[in-house]
Amino acid sequence: MEAAAAAAAGGGCGSGPPPLLLSEGEQQCYSELFARCAGAAGGGPGPGPPEAARVAPGTVTAAAGPVADLFRASQLPAETLHQITELCGAKRVGYFGPTQFYIALKLIAAAQSGLPVRIESIKCELPLPRFMMSKNDGEIRFGNPAELHGTKVQIPYLTTEKNSFKRMDDEDKQQETQSPTMSPLASPPSSPPHYQRVPLSHGYSKLRSSAEQMHPAPYEARQPLVQPEGSSSGGPGTKPLRHQTSLIRSFSVERELQDNSSYLDEPWRITEEQREYYVNQFRSLQPDPSSFISGSVAKNFFTKSKLSIPELSYIWELSDADCDGALTLSEFCAAFHLIVARKNGYPLPEGLPPTLQPEYLQAAFPKPKWDCQLFDSYSESLPANQQPRDLNRMETSVKDTADLPVSTQDVTGDDKQALKSTVNEALPKDVSEDPATPKDSNSLKARPRSRSYSSTSIEEAMKRGEDPPTPPPRPQKTHSRASSLDLNKVFQPSVPATKSGLLPPPPALPPRPCPSQSEQVSEAELLPQLSRAPSQAAESSPSKKDVLYSQPPSKPIRRKFRPENQATENQEPSTVASGPASAATVKPHPTVQKQSSKQKKAIQTAIRKNKEANAVLARLNSELQQQLKEVHQERIALENQLEQLRPVTVL
Amino acid sequence: MAVCVAVIAKENYPLYIRSTPTENELKFHYMVHTSLDVVDEKISAMGKALVDQRELYLGLLYPTEDYKVYGYVTNSKVKFVMVVDSSNTALRDNEIRSMFRKLHNSYTDVMCNPFYNPGDRIQSRFVCLGRAFDNMVTSMMIPVC
Repeated sequence: MEAAAAAAAGGGCGSGPPPLLLSEGEQQCYSELFARCAGAAGGGPGPGPPEAARVAPGTVTAAAGPVADLFRASQLPAETLHQITELCGAKRVGYFGPTQFYIALKLIAAAQSGLPVRIESIKCELPLPRFMMSKNDGEIRFGNPAELHGTKVQIPYLTTEKNSFKRMDDEDKQQETQSPTMSPLASPPSSPPHYQRVPLSHGYSKLRSSAEQMHPAPYEARQPLVQPEGSSSGGPGTKPLRHQTSLIRSFSVERELQDNSSYLDEPWRITEEQREYYVNQFRSLQPDPSSFISGSVAKNFFTKSKLSIPELSYIWELSDADCDGALTLSEFCAAFHLIVARKNGYPLPEGLPPTLQPEYLQAAFPKPKWDCQLFDSYSESLPANQQPRDLNRMETSVKDTADLPVSTQDVTGDDKQALKSTVNEALPKDVSEDPATPKDSNSLKARPRSRSYSSTSIEEAMKRGEDPPTPPPRPQKTHSRASSLDLNKVFQPSVPATKSGLLPPPPALPPRPCPSQSEQVSEAELLPQLSRAPSQAAESSPSKKDVLYSQPPSKPIRRKFRPENQATENQEPSTVASGPASAATVKPHPTVQKQSSKQKKAIQTAIRKNKEANAVLARLNSELQQQLKEVHQERIALENQLEQLRPVTVL
Repeated sequence: MAVCVAVIAKENYPLYIRSTPTENELKFHYMVHTSLDVVDEKISAMGKALVDQRELYLGLLYPTEDYKVYGYVTNSKVKFVMVVDSSNTALRDNEIRSMFRKLHNSYTDVMCNPFYNPGDRIQSRFVCLGRAFDNMVTSMMIPVC
């Protein structure tokens, strides 16, 4: 098609340039470049070839500005460029048609490969022209098609480019820069510096449909004047994160050092201070930095961040790359960073950004070697994950980018792993070129200085959550019923009193003393009154009831007396009987008198005991009698009241 | 390619059901529900032996006029039921087995998430659990509509 166009152009223009023979790769590349330079006006590949030859108003021409930039990007001296433009016929024709453009590109390739800028030189097979970015954003290399197919690295590059495009879309939505074309300015170069061997052209060609908007960007990015403005405006203005200063600092550093991924992955890149903070938090949960945090521990920890459970589960899904239910240090940092970003209002990404993937994190921030023996603990982890980690360690120590693609490709077969390897490939360059980071990471600062992170609020909250509040002092056990204690105290001394039966009733007791006590006391009192009992009963009882009541108690008393009397009487007659018996017997026998005397003594002791018992019982009886009288009096009074009240109610 | 995929918990309530929305979804739900009886029957038939000997893949549960229903049980008595279009004769048993294996793998990934409580629905909203699971199921469904 291009050949025919060239031929037609040649035929049409007469003394035009000779027909071009472009290989397929070259065709694609050139058409892409042309489309970009042509700008918005129908930037498709290859407009009607015959039309291009004619100077028709409908012709698609490449704008002179972008073309000039493109040529300048080829880093050829200006003189050469002038020659090329002359040769390709643009000057003659006055515009850059596709043919002129292609010829110019071919001449550029020739010039770059060292051939003289002649028409003849473009006839032979040439590599694709290389266009360097004038600013140090990175190189865009157009490798040979032959080169491209050979490398596996290409394929993962596409996927990452897709990711980068996606992220850029998010970025675009987030950013409200005035120059939308400027905003992603660094993003496509962001991918190239990492994947230097990967051709951009193939990536672009394959993603043409989805990422048309990307195409103008790299070329416009090469405008050195605009870019500093763009970056400065794009960076601080759009990032509400508090650590802007560090970001801007990283900007300036990285701009010089051919690294613009920070620009693109701004929310997802972990700075050094954040990294240290995460590591410290990890260590607080799990002292061994190379071991895992279990799922439950991490769950409790992340729940303190007060994000919703669905969001936390989504973050976990993103960060737990190997889906083993545990977090390594890198996974933990990624998860923590996502939480921080979410708290700051960033929407969670669709997939884990490459800057947060474990291998990237491990390579970017080489772990200070707390203990070489810790690496042996990796035997527990999955072998698939182990190998990339080992490789990462190797590469950071060796910093040899050349061996990596080969070694990683040998080890890992998956595209995903290869993707990570390509990330790792570029990273050592980052690390080597960024002098600040290795030093900072290696020197373990005691504690990151307090930053105005919004994450510090989480930190404080977590710290507060970690220290359980001291429980309030328990109220001392005191008896709720103090009276019971007093009663106990009272009862204890009163127990012997009750036993003795002679002490007065304790004051805590209700007015009515215990019947047992009162009985004993009253019995004791009653006994001496026994003799007067009948007479008293008769005299003291104001009413018949009392007499009746008094009589029955007197009966038992009498009964008590009776046995006592009987006892005494028995004893007396017995003594009397024993007396005369003894007396009778005394006369006949003196031994009988001794027996009688003994008996007398026994009888007398018995009498004494009985008398004492009688006295006690009498007292008790008298007391009971008094109580009885009082009760009777109360009852009489109540009945009088009742009678007084009755006629009122009845009526 | 499956027309409907369902994950049923041990207590026979659904954790996840997804069907191609072209048709009446209720029909598929009903089919899955009725297939649970067949699953239980198969489990009990094999369950006399040791649980380890029981194979996870149950095979064709029952065929209907338009569809075939396949079943799969995990060791924790979580059942996967898949409804497949009968007209799709190219689908072989091995393919069904591999699909179930993939289902099982992504289910275990969901389980590994500590924020997932066993017995919860495997939801697939935007910022939610089970995105990977859902994506995997999507890949298995018939790419219709």
